[in-house]
Amino acid sequence: MFPTPIEKAAPATRFSYKIAVPIALVIWLIPLLGVMMTALRGPGDITAGNLWGIPSELMLATNFNDVFTNTPMWDFILNSFKITIPTMIGAVALSCMTGFALASYEFKGNLLLFFMFVAGNFIPFQILMIPVRDLTFQVGLYDTITGLVLFHVAFQTGFCTLFMRNFIRALPFELIEAARIDGASEFKIFWQIVLPLIRPAIAALCVLIFTFIWNDYFWATVLIQGQHAMPVTAGLKSLNGQWIAAYHLVSAGAIVAAIPPVLMFFIMQRHFIAGLTLGASKG
Amino acid sequence: MSHTLTPSPRQEIRRSSWWKRHQQQITPWLFLAPGLIFFTVYVIYPIFQSMAISLYEWDGLSPATYIGFANYVELMDDEEFYTSLWNNVRWLICFMLAVPLGLAIALFLNQTIFGIRLIKSLFFFPFVISQAVIGLIFTWFYEPNYGVIAPLLNMVGWDGWAILADEDYATYGIIFAGLYPQIAYCMILYLTGLNNISADQIEAGRMDGAKGWSLFWNIILPQLRPATFIAVVVTIIGALRSFDMIAIMTQGGPWGSTNVLAYFMFEQALSEYGYRMGYGSAIATILFAIMLVYITFFIYRMYRDEKRGL
Repeated sequence: MFPTPIEKAAPATRFSYKIAVPIALVIWLIPLLGVMMTALRGPGDITAGNLWGIPSELMLATNFNDVFTNTPMWDFILNSFKITIPTMIGAVALSCMTGFALASYEFKGNLLLFFMFVAGNFIPFQILMIPVRDLTFQVGLYDTITGLVLFHVAFQTGFCTLFMRNFIRALPFELIEAARIDGASEFKIFWQIVLPLIRPAIAALCVLIFTFIWNDYFWATVLIQGQHAMPVTAGLKSLNGQWIAAYHLVSAGAIVAAIPPVLMFFIMQRHFIAGLTLGASKG
Repeated sequence: MSHTLTPSPRQEIRRSSWWKRHQQQITPWLFLAPGLIFFTVYVIYPIFQSMAISLYEWDGLSPATYIGFANYVELMDDEEFYTSLWNNVRWLICFMLAVPLGLAIALFLNQTIFGIRLIKSLFFFPFVISQAVIGLIFTWFYEPNYGVIAPLLNMVGWDGWAILADEDYATYGIIFAGLYPQIAYCMILYLTGLNNISADQIEAGRMDGAKGWSLFWNIILPQLRPATFIAVVVTIIGALRSFDMIAIMTQGGPWGSTNVLAYFMFEQALSEYGYRMGYGSAIATILFAIMLVYITFFIYRMYRDEKRGL
């Protein structure tokens, strides 16, 4: 292990390390702690500049109540779910199939197609913006959740295919071979052998895609206009315009917007990190 | 009548054997088809469409007029284009700090004290939150009157300094906010990397008398190469893609001083400044060309690894 395990160090060093870690953590989280503390306060504290001291009044419930009753925050949250969950299902389903095809069959153009999916992942969104917006207009899906979901599914398929293909590639190929010799059809191999084995990959992709899509802001502004279909990121931005200097409300809103991906992360942490660090450890 | 519609047993055998013979060639394409169609329609084809649109003058509604390379010629004289390009360079350089800083935090946290797992995930926390939300948080932080750093500024006598309204420093203010989640991302990549370093090699190095810095430089860092590679790639892509933070924090202002190509393109094509689809596409095409350098490098490396049979 590197650096040298702290247990082997002198007691003084060990002690100071144990003190230093929580201090570093608090410093690191200052921006987020500030938001949490501000969501507790009333407007009085903010105009008085009392940001880090003891709140003069506890307004947590009032602030959240304010956010939910005076703004369409509920609708924004609901829209975010309506966008995120279908995208997650769609992109993961498509990429189970593409990943399987690219990982377990030899055919001409296999690598080329794979690299196309990989490359598509890294392009700037702006090169897609005008044609995608135009296409969405033409099929009558502009300013609808469906229109946004269709695009997200297509784009995320790139990343998911990269992930799935490499995951399936690392499975023992003998299993597939053996099933073929037993006369199993290719569909049966996919359904009964490969799918159960890639469950961890499916879980990892689901959390990742959930977080990516929940946090998307760009496409929500390009393909959505009205509040009826707006996800929480774009919604928060539009509310920010109304809440000038009402930082206690901005903070409460920001917390609400962040809760679902944060919960998802803490519940599915292992899968999330496994997905994100794919390739970071392979020689 | 129905018996004429059902195939004779003989035909059936032939069909099934045809399917059997070709099953392995056809199946991959059946599995690929849905994903491939989606991806082509929404990602691959639009790239070429954008390139084509960049040769037109088009407001998105009335018929487009072909103008050749006039949009690119105009760009060459556009002050804002150079500002945006220069800001992209600043983003690229400053954003790279996320890699060593992420490594430093990873080294700091790579211990096994009580509660370290929770601490690691709390350090990673900023990455999970939307950039739009991080942008809002930092906008407020920088606010000169009610912001979090206002008391600090007062202490050093710079009261009322609005970073985001300062032409010279606004971009750095945004980059600083952008670094926050990016450092967390690099940290997690390195923590995974450190976790997978072979203990034998470290021991061997220690036996040879390597310690501290030389052990790190000669034995640890080379083994962290895959993590470094990915950290560098995602950081470059992140820097060139920066859009959300700018849209939230400054909208490219003051006076276009925080614009980057991604936001400049959006502003030209979709904002109240006008619907110049052709001009916007030309900017997007240039941004794409810049990113293509990195994409090609990445794909080349993957190709090399594939050929090596990894």
